[in-house]
Amino acid sequence: MTMLERMAVTDQPLLRVEGLTKRYGPRIGCADVSFDLYPGEVLGIVGESGSGKSTLLSCLAGHQRPDLGRISYDGRDVLAMSETDRRRLSRTDWAYVHQNPRDGLRMGVSAGGNVGERLMAVGARHYGEIRGKATDWLGRVEIAADRIDDRPSAFSGGMQQRLQIARNLVTSPRLVFMDEPTGGLDVSVQARLLDLLRGLVRDLGLSVIIVTHDLAVVRLLAHRLMVMKSGRVVEQGLTDQVLDDPQHAYTQLLVSSVLQV
Amino acid sequence: MTEHIEAGAYTFAYLDEQTKRMIRRAILKGIAVPGYQVPFASREMPMPYGWGTGGVQVTAACLVPEDRLKVIDQGADDTTNAVSIRRFFQRTAGVATTEATTEATVIQTRHRIPETPLKAGQILVYQVPIPEPLRFLEPRETETRKMHELEEYGLMHVKLYEDIARHGQIATSYAYPVKVEGRYVMDPSPIPRFDNPKLSGNPAIQLFGAGREQRIYALPPWTEVVSLDFDDHPFQTSKAPHDCDLCGAQDSYLDEVITDDQGGRMFVCSDTDFCEGRRAKGHAGRLGGDQKSSKTFANSFEGIWPGTEGAR
Amino acid sequence: MIEVHDLAKSFTLHNQGGAVIPVMAGAALTVAPGECVGLVGRSGAGKSTLMRMVYGNYLAGSGSLIVAGVDVATASPREIIALRRHTLGYVSQFLRVVPRVPTLEVVAEPLLALGTPADEARNRAADLLRRLNIPERLWTLSPTTFSGGEQQRVNIARGFAHAYPALLLDEPTASLDAANREVVLTLIEEAKARGAAILGIFHDEAARARVCDRLVDVTGFTPRLAA
Repeated sequence: MTMLERMAVTDQPLLRVEGLTKRYGPRIGCADVSFDLYPGEVLGIVGESGSGKSTLLSCLAGHQRPDLGRISYDGRDVLAMSETDRRRLSRTDWAYVHQNPRDGLRMGVSAGGNVGERLMAVGARHYGEIRGKATDWLGRVEIAADRIDDRPSAFSGGMQQRLQIARNLVTSPRLVFMDEPTGGLDVSVQARLLDLLRGLVRDLGLSVIIVTHDLAVVRLLAHRLMVMKSGRVVEQGLTDQVLDDPQHAYTQLLVSSVLQV
Repeated sequence: MTEHIEAGAYTFAYLDEQTKRMIRRAILKGIAVPGYQVPFASREMPMPYGWGTGGVQVTAACLVPEDRLKVIDQGADDTTNAVSIRRFFQRTAGVATTEATTEATVIQTRHRIPETPLKAGQILVYQVPIPEPLRFLEPRETETRKMHELEEYGLMHVKLYEDIARHGQIATSYAYPVKVEGRYVMDPSPIPRFDNPKLSGNPAIQLFGAGREQRIYALPPWTEVVSLDFDDHPFQTSKAPHDCDLCGAQDSYLDEVITDDQGGRMFVCSDTDFCEGRRAKGHAGRLGGDQKSSKTFANSFEGIWPGTEGAR
Repeated sequence: MIEVHDLAKSFTLHNQGGAVIPVMAGAALTVAPGECVGLVGRSGAGKSTLMRMVYGNYLAGSGSLIVAGVDVATASPREIIALRRHTLGYVSQFLRVVPRVPTLEVVAEPLLALGTPADEARNRAADLLRRLNIPERLWTLSPTTFSGGEQQRVNIARGFAHAYPALLLDEPTASLDAANREVVLTLIEEAKARGAAILGIFHDEAARARVCDRLVDVTGFTPRLAA
């Protein structure tokens, strides 16, 4: 199903977040965050370090429990789910791409094993089919098939990141969380990854929440943008509108501080 | 139960009664939840870790004066470990001992399940070095406990996948992971995978003790135990493609013994009791049936089983 | 197809003492299907600002901005995204693409986003690139390395790949040679012929005269600097 068809058949948000708040003692992690994410949409979250964007992402992805608020995914109340259900969701319908591929990969396991793990976790028990799917996915992220038995430690940073993406997308998730996925990569490698992500988003109709401080990345990848400061959303809207006609003082500062986006 | 066999020297079976109660509770819990690793407060034993302290504590908690104990190490009754542990319980519990599988009520084992089928009423106690089957790929204990809780066992198959990717087949030849009653994935201790089928539907009680790791787990009689595999790479047992050179058995697990430095070798049953039993009934292999024990026979070749002198 | 009513806009510069700069007031225009309306006015009078507001790139201050029934001034980002994908095309003066992506893919992308089969999208992209005289050997390269004129033509090809019912053109013939200028004007005429409503900025007076049915002078929308 293309993104267009997915958007056409559903007018329900895939993810609905209402009043999400997370405190660390007296300090605010994120406060009163609300938004809807529709199928096929890419939402960028920007802000400087400490703005609460990573806290928000980890609450959304179920790594932390928010103090207040509601998260509903595909009509289901995520915070009311049992841990078993939530973890099952996070290894089938959801994916999480870490900034550092070492956090998202098993470095002691071959590339094929890394990609196959999620398949095996949901019950795949045919070696040949698992390997076939792994090979297919390595191809999609532009890793040569003959590297399938190599360990990620033998890969470059860009390859590791692409492997992490393949490992995450192999179960055809509908919602992908990305935490600075292009951070720490060379500019040329970043471009390749961005292109890959755009193609995957388009072809698979993925919904993506991407946290980054790189405005150039969100301009090229995100449909919508949310700007965070001190744990709160200060502005949100269409990505190019927020970047080209920022309304909030902080966004104006953020945009004007970048050399060129 | 509380009488002292060697007057005043030890509590029956060395451990004090409170400790045995604690261990028995862990055992009962393990039996109630087959395959689940129950933590227990492992005691210092008068032997180093790695020598079966977990198994010894489980055995101590199970023994009653009427028991007849058999101890095997790699299938043999006459190797250091087996002899020391057997002697330990002779001294501390005063129980009868035997080398015959059929006569034993409690069998403590390291690395093997006897060839002779076990019977209802028998207890098989395994010595376990690393009870956590997931540790190979996930070193965090907090995480592996969570994975057991939530039945997230995909990782186990990743291990087998890696085997096939690297070796063309599942090369895990011992400590081959199993799933118990469709629930817990369990490490069967370092028994050869040849023995895995014997775990399932066994009429005996099977208890597993890991001393250093402080874990006890169990398989009650007739528990279903399935070795993990892939549809297109099904679980297969493996053994050396030979017959026993002493008793001629075709279906028992064999040890390879180097007999000289010119490349001479022989294959003998690893289960000494089984081998001797067959030879007593007149079976003979390539090298005849006149040796007393396969291991003793092997020991007649210098330096093969160093350290066993003290045991004999 | 495009209806602008009483549109106003000001910029608030929070980091420069909160200065409020009104840039537009009382803007109004309509563009019918098959019609091309040219925006004129001196440089800085707000031609590009108006066009960016129609595209949703700049927020409208007040008034309405209706494109194919959607009020861009009040629509949700999601509605604007759908509008841009299906209905409203925009050829800006700048090509903004992911580096490394081949030219052919850049041009085909609007069609791929609509779910057009990849072969069909690429064929259409190839036709346009051929018409705009981009040598085939460049198609597999990223346009980020191209000359200004080549980039502009790639941008035009991308903007015309899908037959948008409404099109915004910001200086489409700038920096083009005579032959390519002719191709672009023909593309515009073809778009009009199929019923597209076009709003454009043309500094090239001859081009303006040839394709525009009407002109709207934005100078009339400039607010008095009373604020």
